[in-house]
Amino acid sequence: MSPFFMIVIFVISTIVGYKLIRNVPSLLHTPLMSGMNALSGITIIGALSATGAAVRTGNRLFGFLAIFLAMLNVSGGFAVTHRMLGMFRQKEAQNE
Amino acid sequence: MSDMVYYILCSFLIIGVLCGIALMSKVKHSLKGNLLSSVCMALAILITLYKYNIMSDLSLWICIAAGLVMGLWGAYKVKMINMPQVVAMLNGFGGAASAIVASIALLENQTANLFSFITGGIALGVGTVTLTGSLVAGGKLQGILPQKPVFWKKHSFIISSSLMIIVMSVLAIAISGTDRTILSVMVALCVVFSGFFGLAFTIRVGGADMPITISLLNSLSGVAGAIAGMVISDPLLISVGGVVGASGLLLTQIMCNAMNRPLKDILLGKSTVGSQGTGHGNSDESVTNISEQEAPEPMNSEKETQKTDPAAILSEAKKVIIVPGYGMALAQAQEQVKQLTDKLEEKGAEVLFAIHPVAGRMPGHMNVLLCEVDIPYEKLCEMDEINPRFKECDVALVVGANDVVNPAANTAIGTPIYGMPVLEVDKARHIIICNYDLKPGYAGVENPLYRRKEGVTLLLGDARDTIEKLISKIQTGL
Repeated sequence: MSPFFMIVIFVISTIVGYKLIRNVPSLLHTPLMSGMNALSGITIIGALSATGAAVRTGNRLFGFLAIFLAMLNVSGGFAVTHRMLGMFRQKEAQNE
Repeated sequence: MSDMVYYILCSFLIIGVLCGIALMSKVKHSLKGNLLSSVCMALAILITLYKYNIMSDLSLWICIAAGLVMGLWGAYKVKMINMPQVVAMLNGFGGAASAIVASIALLENQTANLFSFITGGIALGVGTVTLTGSLVAGGKLQGILPQKPVFWKKHSFIISSSLMIIVMSVLAIAISGTDRTILSVMVALCVVFSGFFGLAFTIRVGGADMPITISLLNSLSGVAGAIAGMVISDPLLISVGGVVGASGLLLTQIMCNAMNRPLKDILLGKSTVGSQGTGHGNSDESVTNISEQEAPEPMNSEKETQKTDPAAILSEAKKVIIVPGYGMALAQAQEQVKQLTDKLEEKGAEVLFAIHPVAGRMPGHMNVLLCEVDIPYEKLCEMDEINPRFKECDVALVVGANDVVNPAANTAIGTPIYGMPVLEVDKARHIIICNYDLKPGYAGVENPLYRRKEGVTLLLGDARDTIEKLISKIQTGL
């Protein structure tokens, strides 16, 4: 994939993301942030591919650490977001 | 799997993630949005394992499982008040993972051309800055590190020179090419100085400015991921990283606007103060309080300036607006606030909450705390929505907020809060302020409301005790 194309992807995603996130009410900013946090754990796919291809033992061990941290980021982020959003949802059910 | 198939799958996943974010714009659909995003993430992991033929690599699965279990366990253990620290730590982990990805790609010669060498260096730097910056931010929020901005001698010089060294090491990584020795040395140099840079720049940000720092670190963790994606040519990583970067940047922008302070000033630790609403004047005090998770001892509980009985005023009020601040979080008074709300509603009053965008230690902090104690989110109003309603309300009850309700923001030219949009509690018929003491808030600007003779009742001391007393008085007054 050419560098130019990659930068284009980056710029477009940033703009689209910015537009979408602007619609999120400030009420939900904490869950939004932890959700984004979870998404930043997408780096796990980089960790997996780099570690899978790594041959030197030291690098592999480092890679394991990266996978662990990224997965912690992903699961912790999504779970905490789920928990918080659940608190918001509850009230709605009560009010209906 | 051919590249083409992979790219098509990636674009589906990206659309899925974006739809998930779009669903977050309504509280009703937000849970679905989060689930959609997490499903996309799970698919992305499986597709990657399949694509690189590493499905059968058991050690990778063990790492995934360990991270998964730890993450879920932590997420269900954490208390809502500690959420800012948790978010900070998770940011740091994401940044660290991206930095490691970049370093493996560099050291394993998985990088093919100049572009991937340069991006590798940048990802390494940004990822490490995110890690150490988040550790310091988390430490400050947890109260392990001093909340006050820490200044070193020649702080700005140290920061700019380490930045220079980082840039040079990235360039050196790019030209070193396949020479492993130089490459390893430069990678180490880049990591050490980026780590130091992250520390140096977060340490001089005050505790009350943490909402901004966390948003910024959130953005950086995304950017680190996106650049790591460029190193290994992965469109999914680039795209999602970019989205996260944008989100963090947007939140940073919102916070800065709400404080009416340029980002630069906050990062430079200017005016040793933030503009946080809290009843505490001394930030060192809050350090101990946060770390011990305990309510502060009341010093001179409601003995002065009590002209009219606040309980009587509240009992008769028809419209009440409650303004929570970080002081409420410190005193852990949410539960009491909820009880008071119920009591007042029983008496037929309408109770609303006014949430300032920077109240608390992270964006939306107050909303989460209040929702946790079952206060319906419809009652939590944003500043623009609630401000016109103060003039028609009978009582504005301020719980542990200071700077965000300080009318001096409109008049005191030259002070840190001048021009900051505030909640206009001074328009209310009567104001009851439950703060810890009369000291100015973090911004260090005295609040004229404290000295106003008419229509203001000050209840000093721990917010939890104060509100408990109010509740029992209202009850006995029945």
